[in-house]
Amino acid sequence: MKARVHVMLKNGVLDPQGDAVRHALGTLGFDGVNGVRQGKVIDLDLADGTSEETIRDMCEKLLANTVIESYSVEIA
Amino acid sequence: MRAAVIQFPGSNCDRDMAVALRSVGGDNSTQIVWHKETELPEGLDLVAIPGGFSFGDYLRCGAIAAQSPIAKAIVQHAERGGYVLGVCNGFQVLTETGLLPGALMRNAGLKFVCKPVDMTVQTADSDFTRGYAQGDKITVPVAHHDGNYTIDPEGLAQLQGEDRIAFTYDNNPNGALADIAGILSANRRVLGMMPHPERAMEPAHGGTDGVALFRALADTMALA
Repeated sequence: MKARVHVMLKNGVLDPQGDAVRHALGTLGFDGVNGVRQGKVIDLDLADGTSEETIRDMCEKLLANTVIESYSVEIA
Repeated sequence: MRAAVIQFPGSNCDRDMAVALRSVGGDNSTQIVWHKETELPEGLDLVAIPGGFSFGDYLRCGAIAAQSPIAKAIVQHAERGGYVLGVCNGFQVLTETGLLPGALMRNAGLKFVCKPVDMTVQTADSDFTRGYAQGDKITVPVAHHDGNYTIDPEGLAQLQGEDRIAFTYDNNPNGALADIAGILSANRRVLGMMPHPERAMEPAHGGTDGVALFRALADTMALA
């Protein structure tokens, strides 16, 4: 089975990289980009039957730093 | 003093750290410990986690190192009241293990910053900082891409209320919240800092403001 984990900076945590991307888009002439937030996508190839709870445990312990990041789990 | 410097794949300040510790504690005081060890040497006073790019900064700076076999032993050492010093990547590892609160994010300017920085000693109330006086101005080099310290408002209030901010930048080089350059644990025996005191030990380094930190540690542990 496969699962996809999205890791994003929490709302309210400033994202200097996203802001640099937003700025660069403006420089390229793309008007109206009000904000950019950059995150990570992590694809997991897992043994069949792995529970969502186990995947969330992986997120809590390693894949996300929950001090600054939130995550969501998508099971394919 | 008995000290160990932890070496991860990608550490690059491990030898500088060992040289600094031996300069105050003697040649036999300090050994290098590989990250795959599951136990620290017996009778250890201090664990130093050096700067560098452990595991290539994969996933997040310090995240993989914080799960390495030796990390459990470091946490147990800290829980027993042992001393831990984390510099630069070592500070990042300490936040990832949870021994220190908060997190270190990408520098606000997005650039790797490598230069001497002026700092103010905010507390002399720890065995790391009692060689300074509160308010002392010191100059120590930084070299990092992810030194932008952040913590939630409650956490910041707690650090301030408990006098646990050890050093602040005079001219913030990385966007760190409240100019924080280094913080202490609640028991004041774990210090994490982005600047490199081990690179300010000899006149040839351009400054010797790091000596007082290592000297204070060695003096504490000689008495213990």
